[in-house]
Amino acid sequence: MSEEIKVEKVMDLKGLPCPMPVVKVSKGIKEIEIGQVIEAHSTDPGSLTDFPAWARTSGNEILKTEQDGKTIKFFIKRKA
Amino acid sequence: MPQAESAIQPQDVSLQQIEEQLAALKSRIDVLDKKATEPKVATIVFSGDLDKVLAAFVIATGAVAMGMEAVMFFTFWGTPVLRDKKKSVGGKDTMGKMFGTMLPKGTSDVKLSKMNMGGMGTAMMRSLMKKKNVATLEQMLEMAEELEVKIFVCEMSMDLMGFKREEMIEYKDLTFCGVAKFLEEANNSRITLFI
Repeated sequence: MSEEIKVEKVMDLKGLPCPMPVVKVSKGIKEIEIGQVIEAHSTDPGSLTDFPAWARTSGNEILKTEQDGKTIKFFIKRKA
Repeated sequence: MPQAESAIQPQDVSLQQIEEQLAALKSRIDVLDKKATEPKVATIVFSGDLDKVLAAFVIATGAVAMGMEAVMFFTFWGTPVLRDKKKSVGGKDTMGKMFGTMLPKGTSDVKLSKMNMGGMGTAMMRSLMKKKNVATLEQMLEMAEELEVKIFVCEMSMDLMGFKREEMIEYKDLTFCGVAKFLEEANNSRITLFI
């Protein structure tokens, strides 16, 4: 990682298909404070489209998306 | 000073005009406010098929995840999906007993809309869903309750099929209603679906 992102909470959503990754992350993000960051790991390829759509609608921000093999890592900042 | 006088007068007139326009705008906004929709999904679950009911729950739980509200109206073939397998009630007439036996009793009884093949297809789909980690209807219902998805059950369907309130599932936010309640919700929902 070039820039440091301070991660407050890591969520393992691997192996979960739609709608669970988005449902779980929406619950998980409520457990951190506004301004803090959650790191979510998903293996659902649909997440690549779904997470940004969820973030836009729920008013949160995806700082970074990384792909590590089949795992997609989202760094999401709670803004709402 | 005639110059000042003439300067004040048109100003007074325009101020009054502005106030009038403001009042007109305010009342217009009030009207629009009443018409405005909320970020809400209102779904009619008419079908009692496993695949379709599952889709309805995926959309409802997804909506809450998106920060929207979700309400579901179970009517006609959707109604028996919300029966509790463990509960049995007496005092039904012959038709009520017939419907009670022939219609699915809860989420575990529902079948696929296609490829049921005498139950084989549904069983195969269930095991495939398990293998692929897709949430079952039972889990979706639980998740919906946790996410505070509101469920409404059509009273007319209940009556028609002879179902009693006591045989329906325990669900935190479950209300028996008629079409007016659905229309009220749908009227201020941004998204309405019929499944």
